[in-house]
Amino acid sequence: MSSTYNSNAYNFGFLDENTKRMLRRALLKAVAIPGYQVPFGSREMPLPYGWGTGGIQVTAALLGPNDVLKVIDQGADDTTNAVNIRRFFGRVAGVATTERTADASVIQTRHRIPETPLREDQLLVFQVPEPEPLRTLEPREAETRTMHALADYGLMHVKLYEDIAQYGHIATSYDYPVMVDGRFLTSPSPIPKFDNPKLDRSPALMLFGAGREKRLYAIPPYTRVESLAFDDHPFEIQRWEHRCAICNAGDSYLDEVVVDDRGTRMFVCSDTDYCSQRSDNAATEEAA
Amino acid sequence: MYVAVKGGERAIARSLELLAEARRGDTAVPELELVQIRQQLRLGVARVMQEGSLYDEELAALAIRQAAGDLQEAIFLLRAYRTTLPRFGYTEPLTTQAMRVRRRVSGTFKDIPGGQVLGPTYDYTQRLLEFGPSIQNETVEADEPLAASMPRVLDLLDAEALIERIDPGSDPEPTDLTRDPLMFPADRATRLQNLARGDEGFLLGMAYSTQRGYAESHPFAGEIRMGEVDVLICPEELGFTIEIGEITLTECQMINQFHGGNGVPPQFTRGYGLTMGEGERKAMAMALVDRSLRCDELGEAAYAPAQNQEFVLSHSDNVEASGFVQHLKLPHYVDFQAELSLLRTLSAQQRKASAGQEALS
Repeated sequence: MSSTYNSNAYNFGFLDENTKRMLRRALLKAVAIPGYQVPFGSREMPLPYGWGTGGIQVTAALLGPNDVLKVIDQGADDTTNAVNIRRFFGRVAGVATTERTADASVIQTRHRIPETPLREDQLLVFQVPEPEPLRTLEPREAETRTMHALADYGLMHVKLYEDIAQYGHIATSYDYPVMVDGRFLTSPSPIPKFDNPKLDRSPALMLFGAGREKRLYAIPPYTRVESLAFDDHPFEIQRWEHRCAICNAGDSYLDEVVVDDRGTRMFVCSDTDYCSQRSDNAATEEAA
Repeated sequence: MYVAVKGGERAIARSLELLAEARRGDTAVPELELVQIRQQLRLGVARVMQEGSLYDEELAALAIRQAAGDLQEAIFLLRAYRTTLPRFGYTEPLTTQAMRVRRRVSGTFKDIPGGQVLGPTYDYTQRLLEFGPSIQNETVEADEPLAASMPRVLDLLDAEALIERIDPGSDPEPTDLTRDPLMFPADRATRLQNLARGDEGFLLGMAYSTQRGYAESHPFAGEIRMGEVDVLICPEELGFTIEIGEITLTECQMINQFHGGNGVPPQFTRGYGLTMGEGERKAMAMALVDRSLRCDELGEAAYAPAQNQEFVLSHSDNVEASGFVQHLKLPHYVDFQAELSLLRTLSAQQRKASAGQEALS
């Protein structure tokens, strides 16, 4: 290979500063209009579309040299894609990384919100596969943009009503639609509806990046976020008859694990940091 | 006892080592050199440059080697590298009329000024595997050089006012789809830009569907030409244009029958395709899809997938499509768990309901 192409020629955080400025401007607009999907000049990243390119661009635009980054996928720090994204930022930004929710200043996540409550000085960045909550009901982008402009969300209410008519309750268990600040119908990304209440009036700024679909949106701190429901069919979250088999938590989202070939199951926390903090604390108390 | 699935980091490192080993193969066999790929796999290089939106044979060859010949992966590599490149400026519009033609055929006229030129084409090979070492024949020089002027076939029709006139000056300033998101409805220049980056296989299937009744399409290959075109830029500090090199292009101009409508009289209409490097199949497919996407402008009934611009343009990019289809192999434990508990609730409910029915009967 000729020396014309320098393999170390990447800017801090991979993206060039002009691109970061474009992203920050789009993010400011997103914060100014909570829940509104801002089209942005999504760049082609060295990781595949659908694997977190939106979240990665948001994180890249926000990271400074003193930030401490945590990356989770399915609530866990050690799932392969989370490892890979953390490795990427280690390589192109060299920032400190952590697995502890409380120690992180920026948390990039796919499919979960950490169980440990977030603070005002933390940023939560979501990877979003499909930013348009109406997409499965109306595939045409030109139509859905008009529906948002008119706050015409009848289609979604009818869908939820039909669920109740057919199944007795709303049959959406993740990516459960929310109204942000009473104005925009918004996808919370495919988090389980268990996590929806954590979006409401969160002290931490929540930023959503959809790279393939080229949209950004935000839920600013302390913004009202309501999960859609009806007066006679209020919103409910998932509950388990089990507790976590490792830390005995009764208040966390549980993953079901098949442990043998006879179909025996066990239930453990999906949030690996929450689980290990609880186990460590229990061990310390026992020792004391 | 359950052991948490740990060690993603180590597993990734081991996997990368295996990949490198598998890519290289038997080390007793010499590694492919980039110049071999550039010269002997030139059509693969052209496709990677074309869909990777970066005209650089050396980098395309490197990407193909790194991707072990998986052209979509090579396209992805090139696109990711392209993102990081600074923009020095934009070229002047390319003049394909002044192309130094190596191939030029028309399906609409038997003879055309400048003549039909087959050039290096697979069209009339007999697709018989050539066993043994490849034949080293000598090319024979033509009796006379190609005509200096090769007017575009569609311009001949244009002189007779039989084909729609499109004033090049009427085009809006083009958007850059790698800098601005695709918005709908998209104008023709933006649609063509999207198709130029689109997957050849996807466009081929879409184009084929228009020939089989899924759109109004009565196309003739007015002209296909391939050859070299000068690239000119006009740097601000100079104030005049300079030539910075040449690139190979394939251009296809389709002529489509049109019975008139939307205030436009009956006439021939145009479909346009252009690719970097030799890419005739893609250029032809692109021209057919371009024409079918003009249905709104020409007041044609739009009912077919190839006439639906949101459908075509949102799904044409193979880097986007490949990533999103394959993201399904990422963990979805959390959502699957949510669906599992919902399904258990629903089935318990149904069992209860049917038990209640039996008790009643």
